[in-house]
Amino acid sequence: MVGILEDKDRIFTNLYGLQDWGLEGAKKRGCWNGTKDILDAGRDWIIDNMKNSGLRGRGGAGFSTGLKWSFMPKEVKDGRPHYLVVNADESEPGTCKDREIMRHDPHLLIEGCLIASRAMLAHACYIYIRGEYVFERERLEAAIKQAYEAKLVGKNNVHGWDFDIYVHHGAGAYICGEETALLESLEGKKGQPRLKPPFPAGAGLYGMPTTVNNVESIAVAGTILRRGAAWFAGFGRPNNAGTKLFCVSGHVNLPCNVEEAMSIPFRQLMEDHCGGIRGGWGNLKAVIPGGSSVPMIPAEQCEDLPMDFDALRNLRSGLGTAAVIVMDKSTDLVRAIARLSYFYKHESCGQCTPCREGTGWMWRVMERMATGEADPKEIDTLLDVTTQVEGHTICALGDAAAWPIQGLFRHFRHEVEDRIASYRTGRLHVQGAKLIAAE
Amino acid sequence: MSVRRLAKEQPASFAFSKDSQAKADWWKAKYPAARKQSAVIPMLWLAQKQEGWISEPAIQEIAKQLEMPVIRVLEVATFYVMFQLQPVGKVAFVQLCGTTPCQLRGALDLKAVLKDKIGDANHVSADGKFSWEEVECLGACCNAPMAAINDYYYEDLTPESLAQILDDFAAGKDPKPGSYEGRVSSEPKGAIHTLTDPKLYDGSYAKKIKIPNLPEKPKATKAPSSKVNGPEPTA
Repeated sequence: MVGILEDKDRIFTNLYGLQDWGLEGAKKRGCWNGTKDILDAGRDWIIDNMKNSGLRGRGGAGFSTGLKWSFMPKEVKDGRPHYLVVNADESEPGTCKDREIMRHDPHLLIEGCLIASRAMLAHACYIYIRGEYVFERERLEAAIKQAYEAKLVGKNNVHGWDFDIYVHHGAGAYICGEETALLESLEGKKGQPRLKPPFPAGAGLYGMPTTVNNVESIAVAGTILRRGAAWFAGFGRPNNAGTKLFCVSGHVNLPCNVEEAMSIPFRQLMEDHCGGIRGGWGNLKAVIPGGSSVPMIPAEQCEDLPMDFDALRNLRSGLGTAAVIVMDKSTDLVRAIARLSYFYKHESCGQCTPCREGTGWMWRVMERMATGEADPKEIDTLLDVTTQVEGHTICALGDAAAWPIQGLFRHFRHEVEDRIASYRTGRLHVQGAKLIAAE
Repeated sequence: MSVRRLAKEQPASFAFSKDSQAKADWWKAKYPAARKQSAVIPMLWLAQKQEGWISEPAIQEIAKQLEMPVIRVLEVATFYVMFQLQPVGKVAFVQLCGTTPCQLRGALDLKAVLKDKIGDANHVSADGKFSWEEVECLGACCNAPMAAINDYYYEDLTPESLAQILDDFAAGKDPKPGSYEGRVSSEPKGAIHTLTDPKLYDGSYAKKIKIPNLPEKPKATKAPSSKVNGPEPTA
């Protein structure tokens, strides 16, 4: 056996699309089994069991899913319908797990939507899928059609909970992965995040009580309740329960998605599933462990590292979406992070000044750092600017733009300094070198 | 943020084809009647599918149908980068992912191929058939480097396979999307060690099961309205 998790404990049994994605295949693999019993057990039972399972949101923030569901009003009042919105706007660089769920195991997602909607007394659900996932949207629409035809969802369905499910799509804006920006976008506006409070559970989609959940958090709900909260809680270290899809990209021999137990040691994840680091373990330089927004960690910290929320937070990084970007010794880290800075500059929605101006400023300086065309003193200026962006914006995109840069300088400051020094020695007229100023 | 403006040369008019209009009406029906503005992104997308890009008359038509001020539709069309405000290549419009995970695996080499075969980014080739742009993460990082060509993903590319795909498009063929390394999706190539237990697929998981720790007497589905009638006992 490789890894920690056994096949019998995997939730996404068609992760690689080798089996039938349709209703028949999904049912054979256990989907839609006992769903009515789960729904009949009622709101409180579902929420309690989700809480007990220890599931933490899979979209990056890691907030308890059961607790989030419990924030919805306990009854539908004043004709204000409740909504479930599923965040399928998977755009975080490195992350490609929800895509596999939607095209290969769509019925797990649909079943999860029904259960979650029952728990939050919603009769309608919107799945907001990123615009680029055209094939995935077509597949998901087809699966939903199957579910309607089999009367698993819809009005007067076999489960006794009226429920409509709709797919909506975006059009290429990373920011719409932020829950309130997503709601704005779903209402037909620019995707600019809203101030909180009010939180979506009070006033979300169309001003109605709404909960926004990641695809993976919703898609695991059915299996968790079917097999028991204790089963799910049995994986991983305390407070980091469950199984998790890891997306490993970058410099490994076999980049892949894999479902593993939480807290699997990083080295085991690499060697058992991904064919090891390109050029061997000793060739590892740094890892971005949770999607582009989290700070990188150097190879030395990866030796016995359990891949979970708390271990990575202790290293001042984060598990995020568990999108592991591996970089070997051939990597130009400064260039890699400068490219991420460009990404954030491109994706800033423009609403808050620190982010709109700061992301562009940080990108321009990072580009100069990548060539060495900078003054060593500018490193501290740059770090100071990152702290002025971080925490001073409505949403977390400002933080996400600042952290990769902070992570780079925390562990590899010497590389940038060396580059600046060698640039200076290589050119006689440093004073006259063109500085793309921080305009 | 990026600066995005409407094209200088605009067509005189725009109308949805019968097919696109039917699809647009299907989208509108997904939202509460008073909220049809929600359909603006799908409708812009349909207009783009029909014409290849978004023109000013298309924006006006959509505003009319959704009873929105034109500026609100314009705002959406310029905010979301998937909306092409200029004509793009008619045969193949390549969107190359250039973000770090793809860059680490060779997106820069692919960029050179596109430059060589098509020309500069964001310019339609002289014959009007090809154009390309660099886009941000397309969410297929385990299959990097990749590009989306006319909506679908071409994955695990090399400079050679990308050049071949472009040649095929030029020759009027329809190259298949998916992995160009022989993978089905994002499995570890040639070394699948998981999901191999035949029991997962033989139907044993479809047998009737007892849900663990269900409440002793399963309550009937509690309709939210039933609460309104009688006072709930308080603990």
